Amino acid sequence: MDLSVLNPAAIGAALIVAATPLLFAALGELVVEKSGVLNLGVEGMMIVGAIAGFAAAVETGSPLLGVVASAAAGATLSAVFAFFALILMANQVATGLALTMFGLGLAAMLGQPYSGMPAPEFPALSLPVLSDLPFFGRLLFSHDPLVYLSLALTAGTWLWLGRSRAGLILRAVGENHHAAHAIGYRVTAIRFAAVLFGGACAGLGGGYLALVQTPLWVEGMTAGRGWIALAIVVFASWRPWRALLGAYVFGGVTIVQLNLQALGVSIQSQYLSMTPYLATILVLVLISGERRRAAEAPACLGKPFRAEG
Amino acid sequence: MTALLEVEGLTKRFPGVLANDAVSFAVERGQIHALLGENGAGKSTLVKMIYGSMRPDAGAMRLEGQPYAPTDPGAARRAGVGLVFQHFSLFDALTVAENVALGLPPEEAGADLAERIRKVSAAYGLPLDPERRVGELSVGARQRVEIVRCLLQRPRLLIMDEPTSVLTPQEVGQLFRTLRQLRDEGVSILYISHKLDEIRELCEAATILRHGRVTGRCDPRSESARSLAEMMIGQELAATRPLSAAPGEVRLTVRGLSLAADRPFGTALRDISFDLRAGEILGVAGVAGNGQDEFVEALSGERRAQHEAIRLDGAPIGAFGPDRRRRLGLCVAPEERLGHAAVPDMSLTENAILTARRRARLASRGGVLRLGAAARFARAVVERFDVRTAGVEHAARSLSGGNLQKFVVGREIMQNPAVLVVAQPTWGVDAGAAAAIRQALRDMAEAGAAVLAVSQDLDELMEISTRFAVMAGGRLSAPRPMAELSVEEIGRMMGGTGGEVAHAEA
Repeated sequence: MDLSVLNPAAIGAALIVAATPLLFAALGELVVEKSGVLNLGVEGMMIVGAIAGFAAAVETGSPLLGVVASAAAGATLSAVFAFFALILMANQVATGLALTMFGLGLAAMLGQPYSGMPAPEFPALSLPVLSDLPFFGRLLFSHDPLVYLSLALTAGTWLWLGRSRAGLILRAVGENHHAAHAIGYRVTAIRFAAVLFGGACAGLGGGYLALVQTPLWVEGMTAGRGWIALAIVVFASWRPWRALLGAYVFGGVTIVQLNLQALGVSIQSQYLSMTPYLATILVLVLISGERRRAAEAPACLGKPFRAEG
Repeated sequence: MTALLEVEGLTKRFPGVLANDAVSFAVERGQIHALLGENGAGKSTLVKMIYGSMRPDAGAMRLEGQPYAPTDPGAARRAGVGLVFQHFSLFDALTVAENVALGLPPEEAGADLAERIRKVSAAYGLPLDPERRVGELSVGARQRVEIVRCLLQRPRLLIMDEPTSVLTPQEVGQLFRTLRQLRDEGVSILYISHKLDEIRELCEAATILRHGRVTGRCDPRSESARSLAEMMIGQELAATRPLSAAPGEVRLTVRGLSLAADRPFGTALRDISFDLRAGEILGVAGVAGNGQDEFVEALSGERRAQHEAIRLDGAPIGAFGPDRRRRLGLCVAPEERLGHAAVPDMSLTENAILTARRRARLASRGGVLRLGAAARFARAVVERFDVRTAGVEHAARSLSGGNLQKFVVGREIMQNPAVLVVAQPTWGVDAGAAAAIRQALRDMAEAGAAVLAVSQDLDELMEISTRFAVMAGGRLSAPRPMAELSVEEIGRMMGGTGGEVAHAEA
């Protein structure tokens, strides 16, 4: 095995790119779950975000408009979820699963004409001096703006949830919706807004996948990343910085298996392709055994709220 | 001088029920005013209208002479009306300061909030640490959080909804000192309770509600608890008879029962030992969260214990589940009526089948349900315990809390168990029905059953128990005959562990 073909800086940079869609989707879902809603439709919102972003970028020639379109598409799809689950009180798990299936089908249909087309190139941010640093320049300072946006979003979510009054109210709604209602907060409106934010983030994650990471439209290209994002939220115990860590760990697993395939490791490639998903299952199993973790979940997660009186 | 709050002709109609029918009363400045009534008399509806979470169909309110019609709780708080909820409106995972901030307008919840919480809690004798997580606090400390949250808004009217049902006698005393201090500062208090002795001790005026109407006004200080109760339920109360039967043989033996806590904020059971004899009622008191839930779960079989630790008539049953224990003669009526003692969306008949299937023979040997027999059994429970429901085919959820409580306790009693364990037997039940449940427990004991009652209502335990023990920190004190104990001694047994006080001030 010839390890010299591996460039640590390139691998690190690839890891960050692979982790960014997961990070967007996980941060969005984290906020949704903090408000007490379980939206299992992340995968569907991601793929719809991916095709919407790709199509918009191809049609307009502007990657930026593509990004905006992917976030808008994710938010629109999540509004469907919010309408059924929060207004009509449909079961959240079933609605979320339906949303994923609907999203995969819708994206496949809309994506027909775009198969095999190249995406307009997404400009990387070139930082004077920093981008030219040896090693770190390649690893940290030569990414596209969305990578930095995802990092800023992590910090912003952390600050907003922990330090702002609005974030406190969101957490309170997820913790005890009856009490929040009794004090006089509008539980359903707050949850609706959280779901829209989560949808926009998932859409953004999908858009990143189609516009930057691949950059191509392929049917079913999210390939379970929405589910991994859901697992990351649990792994992170609903904390933004741990979601970042989780996304980078899972991104790392993806990149490692790609590099192993490139090295021609004599394991069938299907087994290597399984590793991110096996890692997800393993992490969830390990975590579910911990009692402490149960206490960290928002107490009203997945429970429908009906105002009384 | 006009009264602080005047309520005139307030009416609220729900489908099929007139919850409040032209209710009028006035709370004077600096007065502690009691609102008395049975379950379903319309107290909660009235409170919700005053606090703005519900709007009246007719009638008007005035606050200090000005028209007062709050559209939401925020408006009520801005007008100077504070409410301490019966079921606390707190968030376990958040800190005391965060909980308080959520109930304040944004401009009041600034960075100096923790300091102001400390100040108010010191001024009114309500020890609190703003940094603690509410989930770690005792019930009494949680109530202090609610009160401090109200006081920080300098209310002119403070509404207390059943505030003492979960407190130790010492905590009740402290609460009363705080309330009197507030009254002396000119704050009016609307005090809702079914504990008649407390109302006589604390309140200067009382308005009595029955079936949504005002049926009486009085000065509770010049009434007896009995006359108040009779005004409230509109009939004479039957006096309870003392328990006459001498205790018989040991039915339930518990030796060295220990169980680890199985949930966050749970309590481990430590080395619990006692005997329960036929014909006695053992009362187990204690501040909530000292292991009572775990204790009842271990006795019911919801959580398995060491097989030898629990014996029924000498045979070990510790590793058996609830169904097997029930078959052997140990029935349990747990607390938390909805979702634990009863399935909310199932009918009363179906709920009867769930626990009485075997003992009342509501299913054949092959497992086919005998629906006719089940409906008859459910109707018998409804009749004997005066459960107010439109019929046994209605969902458990549709019953008011007190009525469902009567049903779940009655369902176990009517299976004639050898040993009955009952948690909070009369929680939220009105005076008339509570007396009936207590009498039924005594009748059972006299007929030779062994009864264990876990309750936070000391008056109740003192009335029905023949022996008495206290649960604190997961341990059970040695049971002592009730006749030997005074209220002061009981209070010391409950609070004397020191754990509670340290907890609150840490």
